[in-house]
Amino acid sequence: MLRFILTRVSLIIPTFLGITLLAFFLIRLVPGDPIETLAGERGIDPARHEQLLKEYGLDKPIFVQYGIYLSRVLQGDLGKSMITQEPVLNEFKALFPATVELAFCAILFALIIGLPAGIIAALRRNSIFDHGVMGISLTGYSMPIFWWGLILILVFSVQFDLTPVSGRIDVLYYIEPTTGFLLIDTLLSEEEGAFRSAVEHLILPTIVLGTVPLAVIARMTRSAMLEVLGEDYIRTAKAKGLSRFRIVALHALRNALIPVITVIGLQIGVLFTGAILTETIFSWPGVGKWLIDAIFRRDYPVLQGGALLLGVVVMSVNLLVDLAYGLINPRIRHTR
Amino acid sequence: MTTETMEAPAVAAPTATPPHPLREFWGYFSANHGAVAGLVIIVTVVLVALLADVIAPHDPNITNTALALKPPFWQDGGSIAYPLGTDPIGRDILSRMIHGARLSLLIGIAVVTISIALGTVLGLVAGFFRGMTEIFIMRLMDIILTLPSLLLAIVIVAVLGPGLMNAMLAVALVILPHYVRLARAAVITETSKDYVTAARVSGAGTVRLMFKEVLPNCTAPLIVQASLGISTAILDAAALGFLGLGAQPPSPEWGTMLADAREFVLRAWWVVTFPGLAILITVLAFNLLGDGLRDALDPKLKR
Repeated sequence: MLRFILTRVSLIIPTFLGITLLAFFLIRLVPGDPIETLAGERGIDPARHEQLLKEYGLDKPIFVQYGIYLSRVLQGDLGKSMITQEPVLNEFKALFPATVELAFCAILFALIIGLPAGIIAALRRNSIFDHGVMGISLTGYSMPIFWWGLILILVFSVQFDLTPVSGRIDVLYYIEPTTGFLLIDTLLSEEEGAFRSAVEHLILPTIVLGTVPLAVIARMTRSAMLEVLGEDYIRTAKAKGLSRFRIVALHALRNALIPVITVIGLQIGVLFTGAILTETIFSWPGVGKWLIDAIFRRDYPVLQGGALLLGVVVMSVNLLVDLAYGLINPRIRHTR
Repeated sequence: MTTETMEAPAVAAPTATPPHPLREFWGYFSANHGAVAGLVIIVTVVLVALLADVIAPHDPNITNTALALKPPFWQDGGSIAYPLGTDPIGRDILSRMIHGARLSLLIGIAVVTISIALGTVLGLVAGFFRGMTEIFIMRLMDIILTLPSLLLAIVIVAVLGPGLMNAMLAVALVILPHYVRLARAAVITETSKDYVTAARVSGAGTVRLMFKEVLPNCTAPLIVQASLGISTAILDAAALGFLGLGAQPPSPEWGTMLADAREFVLRAWWVVTFPGLAILITVLAFNLLGDGLRDALDPKLKR
């Protein structure tokens, strides 16, 4: 087991180096002088230019520059935002909980609907329900979620006035961030109606962000269940006279869940991408919106550092999924 | 014993002539109603795109502020001259969508063509040469796959500068690993087969082996992936357009149309509804087609 964990963990080192290389060289592709890019539109006098060039090590050969960059990154120094002058890492830490909260609710939403839908579709293969679930999930899979968000706003916010259009909580409330997760913070604050407001603000973004994972989970659960239901041990269980519920819940589902868990893990990476679009539509103050804002403000350190951090987060999630997979499936652990 | 086994196929062969591969393919494909529906939609979109100049009722770029935000014809204040209404600066939405079909298809096809061409060559090279070349190429592809696709595309476009060309390049790069992996896997399974050895023994060079012998035998998965790739490309390019990083206004690209109309969503539902519906239907059609192709072309899944 230890050997398995160590191999998997060591595999992320080249990936991490690759991501830093990408982040390092992509910024060099920005047309123009890096110092002038960093200084922004106000320009910079030549003496200061010289000084900064030395400070950032830009007068050294490129691979030395990469070494400097890498050692800074490893010490948690991702530069400062050109707009706010705040360290990129601090800004990321402040905004990341909002994205995690949204992503967590979205994956929960996708699981609560997707798993049962997939299971029932598999049990009633070729029924109307099955065809319906498959049709809807392929539509969900093809959904341009930026449009889906606008349509939900049109229906639920404009037409029926049920949900708020943007933000995380009503402007009436000021919640001191203790955990950064508003659902928890509002409960802790005991302010009247704050929790309700936070929930209302979460509903539409959750649906929008959860739609694609929901579709993928439903499809995957169905096909995994179908495969497992055809196995010999299911026939044995039936022959033993076990109840249908026992067969499905204990024998089939547990085995069918293994590939489903991998897919859920891979969806978490997709979720952070979806968060960029979802947060933009709903003005959700998370890292996705922060990155897009950085692009339009030409805040390159934020873009570089933020993309690197998101990449590292996704990489770590993938690693955890890999390890969890080995934990629940001994066959994986012992091969190789 | 031996005579029996020798005779059996000789008797069976003339009675059961296998159907022509295309016929067999169509048999499997047409049994899947979803796939046929997808194909019909795609053919329609292609025709609309080809005939855009003829069938679009108006010029997609002519503005007329007097006609701004007219609703579709079935609502009060709408007129049949502008069947799906007009946008905030009085352009006909239907005409813009028709011309947008041209752009979206072009994006999908161009992106996938670039990606397949590059991906197949990289995959073939990795599969044939193995060793360091393979490790380098596959590690690079793993890194691209690790990063969420849209995030990578956004960063690339942010650096290269917004625009349709850069958006297409970014999306092509992001979907590249799928083709590289497919081609490499196919090469590795195919090269151990007898026909490749036979060709090698008769003196075929590596390039000939790569493109004349192995490549034709791994086209099926590539075709399936191409269909699914077009849907990803259209979706991602539209997302980039929506974020203001893809095609720039006044281009009638569907995602860009949505971005243009976003602030009017509370007043005029039609400016956002129709372009998005066009994206959804087109992407869905390519996904349906891809699923159908996979079932029809992949012998492992044939039941």
